[in-house]
Amino acid sequence: MNTQTTAIEVLGITKSYGDHVVLRGLDLTVPAGTVYALLGPNGAGKTTMIRILSTLIGADGGAARVAGFDVRTQPDGVRRSIGVTGQFSAIDELLTGRENLRLMADLAHLPAREAAARVDELLARFDLVDAADRRAATYSGGMKRRLDLAMTLVSRPRLIFLDEPTAGLDPRSRRDLWQIVRELLDEGVTIFLTTQYLEEADQLAHTVGLLDGGRLVAEGTPAELKAQAGGETLDDVFLALTGHGVTPESDDELEEIR
Amino acid sequence: MSTMTYAARDSYTMLRRSLKHMRRYPSLTLMLIGQPVIFLLLFVYVFGGTMGAGLPGGGGRADYLAYVAPAILVMTIASVALSTAIYVAKDATEGIVDRFRTMPIARPALLTGHVLGALAQTVLAVTVVLAIAVLLGYRPDAGVAGWAGAIGILALLSLALTWLCVALGLAAQSVETASNTPLFLMILPFVSSAFVPTDSMPTGLAWVAENQPFTPVIDTLRACLAGRDPGSDAWWAIGWCVLVTVLCFWWAGRLFGRVRAV
Ligand SMILES: Nc1ncnc2c1ncn2[C@@H]1O[C@H](COP(=O)(O)OP(=O)(O)OP(=O)(O)O)[C@@H](O)[C@H]1O
Ligand SMILES: [Mg+2]
Repeated sequence: MNTQTTAIEVLGITKSYGDHVVLRGLDLTVPAGTVYALLGPNGAGKTTMIRILSTLIGADGGAARVAGFDVRTQPDGVRRSIGVTGQFSAIDELLTGRENLRLMADLAHLPAREAAARVDELLARFDLVDAADRRAATYSGGMKRRLDLAMTLVSRPRLIFLDEPTAGLDPRSRRDLWQIVRELLDEGVTIFLTTQYLEEADQLAHTVGLLDGGRLVAEGTPAELKAQAGGETLDDVFLALTGHGVTPESDDELEEIR
Repeated sequence: MSTMTYAARDSYTMLRRSLKHMRRYPSLTLMLIGQPVIFLLLFVYVFGGTMGAGLPGGGGRADYLAYVAPAILVMTIASVALSTAIYVAKDATEGIVDRFRTMPIARPALLTGHVLGALAQTVLAVTVVLAIAVLLGYRPDAGVAGWAGAIGILALLSLALTWLCVALGLAAQSVETASNTPLFLMILPFVSSAFVPTDSMPTGLAWVAENQPFTPVIDTLRACLAGRDPGSDAWWAIGWCVLVTVLCFWWAGRLFGRVRAV
């Protein structure tokens, strides 16, 4: 497979927890240098999909290649190629923001000079300069989210997974994050993200996959999907294709989940 | 760089992270050192007079201090190991470990970092406890070989108990569990030759005490510090430590590679 053109290739992935079937044979392809948005309600299996693709858990069946590496047999190849910002904060709260980033730089084996420069650059880019030497435990939710993403970018991965990157962010922070995604895209990075926000998929994604009942019930550009279902918004599309909406619980409940 | 070099470098990075954590939790380190010091004071000043008289050949408080000091050093090591289980479990419940697992990090680096951090803490704790014992009047009779033996057995024990606690910390589903499951390490020394000679116990208990790992370890340490030859105890002690280290290293590796439940 050519990693230049295909970043992610998934064939018939299945995954169950006990009797509970989460993914029932998922196929999808993400061309390099594009944004793919996996859209689905709570419990649809979005996080499960990301965990499989980022080698955190194994699938029960099917195959997946990420950056040209088989997730089952070449997990280290996958890990060298990807960056992951999970749904839940993956920062070290006892360390400062700067130390968290430096930890990533050291683990990426950057030479000391380069590491320090990269850390400063990311602190500036994510508006964390003032808070750089405070413990991450004292950061607000939005700051933690930014630090989390900055940590993912330290090693300059060519393929990035973002699991609900804007959940719990205020509208301004959400737009800032979209801007960052667009900048990454300009740098040629491939992005695989999940979201419950239709607007987000509409704004960012080249391809949107609608995940429901463990299957991709529809896939296409936001425009194609809208045409297909004859609706104006992706919400209409979801309703037309699944018989129910995508809108999750209230924001309060989302807050609780965080 | 070779795989080995990367593994060493990643372990060093993780060690620095562990040491930073320890510095930011000074209360835990203080507690780790304080607990064995309190044991020492308790055993010497509260029980010491009576216990000393009960030693073979009879004796006083000072004799009991010489008897119990090695046991307190072993308790110190167990106490540091215990805290490692908590560190490891706390780490595992925080998302950062999932991040590590999606990165091309040498597999055992994180755990090795924890273990090396615990060893550093052990060196500190053992030094302080030993210094206090000396202040109380403890005078080891060890020569160079004796000290080398004592340090060797303390290091082996520390390695064994720390890997055991790393595995227990990973196996625990919560920090609370992780702080409870290794507590048996603090109880076991009481059923050993740590505080009283095993032949003063009832037959069944004496059998348990004589055949459990802490007894040869404590007897070896006691012999080394007293400048005596530990004899076959040393082989039993080394055997137990190596066995526990190897099994728990393997177990911890499996647990770390395992799919997390959440
Ligand atoms: N370790 C697990 N054991 C049992 N069931 C699990 C486990 N992990 C996930 N599940 C179940 O799998 C289903 C999919 O979960 P997943 O986290 O992938 O959903 P999601 O689409 O990311 O949802 P959300 O939008 O709430 O994050 C859910 O029903 C969940 O309860
Ligand atoms: Mg999720």
